[in-house]
Amino acid sequence: MNGGAARPLLDVRDLKVGLPTRRGFLPILNGVDLHVKEGEVLGVVGESGAGKSITGLAVIGLLEPPARVDGGEVWFEGERIDGLSGDALRRIRGARIGVIFQDPLTSLNPLYTIGRQLTETIRTHMDMGADAAERRAGELLDEVGIPAAASRLGAYPHEFSGGMRQRVVIALALCANPRLIIADEPTTALDVSIQAQIIGVLKRLCREHGTAVMLITHDMGVIAETADRVAVMYAGRVIEDGTVAEVVRNASHPYSHGLMGSIPTIGERVGRLPQIRGAMPRVGAVPDGCAFAPRCPEVRDLCRAERPTMMGGRTTSAACWQYSPRWPDTAGATGPEEAGPGAAADG
Amino acid sequence: MAEMPLLQVENLAVHFCLPVPVAERAMGRKPKVLKAVDGVSFAIGKGVTLSVVGESGCGKSTVARLIAGLYRPTRGRVAIDGHDVTAAKDRTRAIRRRLTMIFQDPQASLNPRWRVRDIIAEPIKAFGIAGDARETGRQVDGLLEQVGLAGADGEKFPHEFSGGQRQRISIARALASKPDLILCDEPTSALDVSVQAQILNLMRDLQDELGLTYLFISHDLAVVNHMSDRIAVMYLGRFVEVADAAALFAAPQHPYTRLLLETIPDLGMTGRDREAVAGEVPSPIDPPSGCAFHPRCPYADKRCRTERPELREAHSGGVAVACHAVEEERLPPAPAGGAADG
Repeated sequence: MNGGAARPLLDVRDLKVGLPTRRGFLPILNGVDLHVKEGEVLGVVGESGAGKSITGLAVIGLLEPPARVDGGEVWFEGERIDGLSGDALRRIRGARIGVIFQDPLTSLNPLYTIGRQLTETIRTHMDMGADAAERRAGELLDEVGIPAAASRLGAYPHEFSGGMRQRVVIALALCANPRLIIADEPTTALDVSIQAQIIGVLKRLCREHGTAVMLITHDMGVIAETADRVAVMYAGRVIEDGTVAEVVRNASHPYSHGLMGSIPTIGERVGRLPQIRGAMPRVGAVPDGCAFAPRCPEVRDLCRAERPTMMGGRTTSAACWQYSPRWPDTAGATGPEEAGPGAAADG
Repeated sequence: MAEMPLLQVENLAVHFCLPVPVAERAMGRKPKVLKAVDGVSFAIGKGVTLSVVGESGCGKSTVARLIAGLYRPTRGRVAIDGHDVTAAKDRTRAIRRRLTMIFQDPQASLNPRWRVRDIIAEPIKAFGIAGDARETGRQVDGLLEQVGLAGADGEKFPHEFSGGQRQRISIARALASKPDLILCDEPTSALDVSVQAQILNLMRDLQDELGLTYLFISHDLAVVNHMSDRIAVMYLGRFVEVADAAALFAAPQHPYTRLLLETIPDLGMTGRDREAVAGEVPSPIDPPSGCAFHPRCPYADKRCRTERPELREAHSGGVAVACHAVEEERLPPAPAGGAADG
């Protein structure tokens, strides 16, 4: 299974994560399938509680106990990494997979200078002398757009603004030239005009270095501008996977379609926003069958009885029975083709 | 204007003094002053939605709190239906009833120990709107149904609801005193997008039904575009542009408005690169001289650095802009904002 040319950089298969509680095992991820190819930006979107961040944490082995991986496989660069020991994983994190979290203040040590944190990380993962590491740290700060970079190496995190701190975190994530960066809501804590700068930096650097990105966010605008491909998550599973243009404009799954429709845009003004009725089921209360069935305008008996797997939709793949030959078109007045997922009717 | 605006705000400002450590005070250091809101004027007619947009720290929430009477203004005047209510003593019961507020975080603004029924009934009782307990109960049921909840939900506690449902409860409470004006401070920022759509639709339906007037505070231009009749763009305590929603998005005038429209990630921007705008929001404690935006502005000249521009009617009607470059007509024509890529 090693080093196959077609194997993607990161391949997550049927990943299950759960939380043991007094009342039994609480499933959080119910079989996540996704992959990231070399140099690609994969956007992982979903509403809060869908399992986006947990997926990111499970991939790099940073799940907070007692939450634990309960099944599935994680392959990275042709190597299976989900069963590795803490030490082996630590060598992968930072060196081959970089991580960016939402709040830059929690990722930086307030007691150490920026320069010390950068050189320490560089020397941990790369064979480099102190002077060379410091030069590299200066170059990295320059690359992420910090003015007078070399002179800021002696500064502490509190001396930087939020946007500048997030630039430092990006420099930290990039310092060992990783093949993949997992960015969990990297711009959510920032102001809109700063957000655009940070996205710009991340996009440019990953393109220059050929680094792939798994970008986790709830902000569809950020995804629309940054990602090549999008995985939409709902109740602990990926329910749609396709190129960004297709998912945004022409989603196959009724949930993704409704989600895109419910976002107000700057471009057009509509009288009423299309809305999805209800809310996402809570962890532990996910219904059998399709988790979206209770909110779905297209629901059939089949959806409530059996959970759909990923199927080829019109343009993307979606976990929806509409795209299966077993789809009964008797329930509605119109067939699924006409009604389509477009009928994300108001609740 | 022929008709008296429902809410009139003139030259409203609030300055906060920042504490100075005793040792430094002894050495004669003066306290620093944070001008959170530094002279804003506007009026909202009945049934109209005016939105205030800006980045965090620009003072938009403070404007709402000043109007609600939660802060005492340093200077300026607030009038409702022509009655001056700037001073607390002028806020009679009859006036207070007409103005309510919806906050960003419904979890924090609902008392966790009260049943929903009691939360919604409180303004009804406080203002003596219902004659007796039975009438109060009837009104609470009506309000719950109006915001899309069931009468039986009144017996529950706030923690039994999801975020979107809690915001519905906040809205029901805001409606309980039969107000004319609702101050909405980021009412959907804490919600997921699919729930946000439900709440925005509800707020618009209620406006149509009850003829409500909204002052809508938000950082999200797309939401503001959806909700507003008029929009005020705020930067460091002052309005830099006030215009009808359609005009603002079609032809933004002020360089800061243009920057906001250009930088906000939008669904319509799939696969496109955009120019990142340099610079950050300066500290409101020590704002730049002249026009507060000049350090980030590509069109700034000497006058911008020294002289503060006032909000003036621009050549095109109904748009007020505070910018020397716009006044001197040395800005390139406004780019058709996001509206072009519909």
